[in-house]
Amino acid sequence: MKSHYLNEDYSVRSWLLTTDHKRIGILFLLSITLFFILGGAAAVAVRLELLTPEGDLVSAEAYNRLFTAHGVIMVFFFLIPSIPSVLGNFFIPMMIGARDLAFPRLNLLSWYLYMAGGLLGLSAIVGGGIDTGWTFYTPYSSVFANGQVILAATGVFIAGFSSILTGLNFIVTIHTMRAPGLTWFRLPLFVWAHYATSFIQVLGTPVVASVIALVGIERLFGVGLFDPALGGDPLLFQHLFWFYSHPAVYIMILPAMGVISELVTCFSRKRIFGYEFVAYSSIAIAAVGFLVWGHHMFVSGQSMYAGMVFSFLSFLVAIPSAVKTFNWTATLHKGSISFATPMIYTLGFLGLFAIGGLTGLFLACLGVDVHVHDTYFVVAHFHYIMVGGTVMAYLGGIHFWWPKMTGRLYPEFWGRLSAMVIFIGFNLTFFPQFLLGYMGMPRRYYAYPGEFQVLNVMSTAGASILGFGYLMPLCYLLWSLKYGAEAGPNPWKSVGLEWQTESPPVVQNFETTPEVTQEAYAYDAQEAEADAS
Amino acid sequence: MHPESRFLAHHFDSLEQQHEAATMGMWLFLATEILFFGGMFTAYGVYRSFYPQAFVAASHHLDVTIGTFNTGVLLTSSLTAALAVHAAQAGRRRAVIGFLVATMLLGATFLGVKGFEYHHKFVESLIPGHGFVFPGPHARHAELFFSLYFVMTAFHALHILIGLGVMAYVIVLTRRGQVTPEHHPSVELTGLYWHFVDIIWVFLFPLLYLIR
Ligand SMILES: [Cu+2]
Repeated sequence: MKSHYLNEDYSVRSWLLTTDHKRIGILFLLSITLFFILGGAAAVAVRLELLTPEGDLVSAEAYNRLFTAHGVIMVFFFLIPSIPSVLGNFFIPMMIGARDLAFPRLNLLSWYLYMAGGLLGLSAIVGGGIDTGWTFYTPYSSVFANGQVILAATGVFIAGFSSILTGLNFIVTIHTMRAPGLTWFRLPLFVWAHYATSFIQVLGTPVVASVIALVGIERLFGVGLFDPALGGDPLLFQHLFWFYSHPAVYIMILPAMGVISELVTCFSRKRIFGYEFVAYSSIAIAAVGFLVWGHHMFVSGQSMYAGMVFSFLSFLVAIPSAVKTFNWTATLHKGSISFATPMIYTLGFLGLFAIGGLTGLFLACLGVDVHVHDTYFVVAHFHYIMVGGTVMAYLGGIHFWWPKMTGRLYPEFWGRLSAMVIFIGFNLTFFPQFLLGYMGMPRRYYAYPGEFQVLNVMSTAGASILGFGYLMPLCYLLWSLKYGAEAGPNPWKSVGLEWQTESPPVVQNFETTPEVTQEAYAYDAQEAEADAS
Repeated sequence: MHPESRFLAHHFDSLEQQHEAATMGMWLFLATEILFFGGMFTAYGVYRSFYPQAFVAASHHLDVTIGTFNTGVLLTSSLTAALAVHAAQAGRRRAVIGFLVATMLLGATFLGVKGFEYHHKFVESLIPGHGFVFPGPHARHAELFFSLYFVMTAFHALHILIGLGVMAYVIVLTRRGQVTPEHHPSVELTGLYWHFVDIIWVFLFPLLYLIR
């Protein structure tokens, strides 16, 4: 049997002390899946409570703890690490023809920090819970906190350093370790997207760490850093928090956009339309994304003029996102499209991301935002981006690269079926929430007036379908590890560098360092070659 | 085989590439650090602009003489750190160790003086929290000043402490012969880190002690 990164050593120790980026990617895959299931369980409880207008399943206090647990787990312990730490970790070195990331031991440390943070967060949730919402707003998290705020905040703080180290590692790797001939404009767009993301991780995360430390000190010592009664300013907390947490949305969506660029080209057998535009738009999103945080505070007492500037800048950041969407759509045009599972996820992403992005423009309007602020409209909007966008792309990417990671093919029929179940379940869950929010149903309440029930029942029904859809890949992907067909090096006939080596890859990724002689997505050349032979 | 190639990690092609990666990694780490302190500097700036008189009154409770002395200590330690890097380039191993020890002693002096200052604040009941006592009309907002003073200087002191640990490790590396004229990233990057810690203090000192 051929030796590869999975079978060279089976011991637990060899996994826990590995510095192989591929194994660390797998460690992240397993751990974030666990957190996804836990965060999903909290969502199930939330949706069940909202089945009826009365608060009958859980108490109001328990409900606050449930949606906080859902938000904290999903944002900090699933979405932020998801694509970068799993797919980025595994494939960036392979896409650039390197043997590993620049700092393999830091990479392992990043996983340990993530686990430490995650377990602290989890112990906070189990040991009494937190009722602040995932945003840790003061005074919920300071004066009026009744829960394990310190523990949870420490967990988020530590997991933040995991994210910083991953970003730092990616930037250095992409700068210094590209294979001979791999110039910047021959890089896959997945790499460009992660490059832009990494800057947000390195420059944004420390600010939220800083503000979390300040909240911790306020709690521990009873000083009024953000307490107006003691001279503090809660708005300052919101500024510092969103300075990171808006760009954090791009930590979640930019890598997803990178995945989509890979998938849409491979399954249209076409070069990407406007490579430079897609590459630069990642950088533009990361840069402008740092200047829009105030759109979360239009009704928080921020000055009107600041609101106008933040509104304008928020509209501006929509332009590079739209550029990408147009370019992906143009790539489809006259392509030879095949509807394999990853492509179904890609098409789902395009539709859902478009809805999520356009409703974001509603929220960037000062006047409209006053009406829908803190309603289910906002909840629906960011779920269209984070679940409809990021999770769809993540699952599409997992299916696309599964044969490379494991050497096995997943069952295509079940893959397509679950992708469609997820798409339908998702829309049924979240589209009614746009309507609920527009009609005025506020978020974060466990009871609601009777006239909202029909739409809430639809949403809960959709969530059941969605949950079922997520369970399917969990089952058949595990099944495929043992019973799936051998994948071979390149089952998708992709032109990406990561496909030019064995599946699963050897420990060193490539037998010899590859030399790159053509641009990314040279599918035309590949087709021409196939015609000629 | 080149004698330095024993330092080459398996995933790099050349030592130049390895050095470039290490240096770039350090600069990015420092960028992260700047933004970490940036959050606290922002908080300081906002509250200073809200309550200028209280901040001036509170600042008068800090001892400029001690602060100046400590600034001198830290700046001197940056000099010895730079000399350590210089000695490493020249391959003078014993000088490297000597300068690193000097840097550590200066860093420890800084921490000792800081501890003395903290103790002094404790005696004067200027520790924020329930026991905080501040004469005059600005007590409430002076407490904000002292909260920020302690948070910022404590995080800075933590960085000094980490620097001391790192330098102790680099001394061990140097003694083991892992520092050569062509290959001494450990000394170089420690120097870079130490200068950064210094620069943070160069901003903290005037903001907390001098602007009155
Ligand atoms: Cu935002």
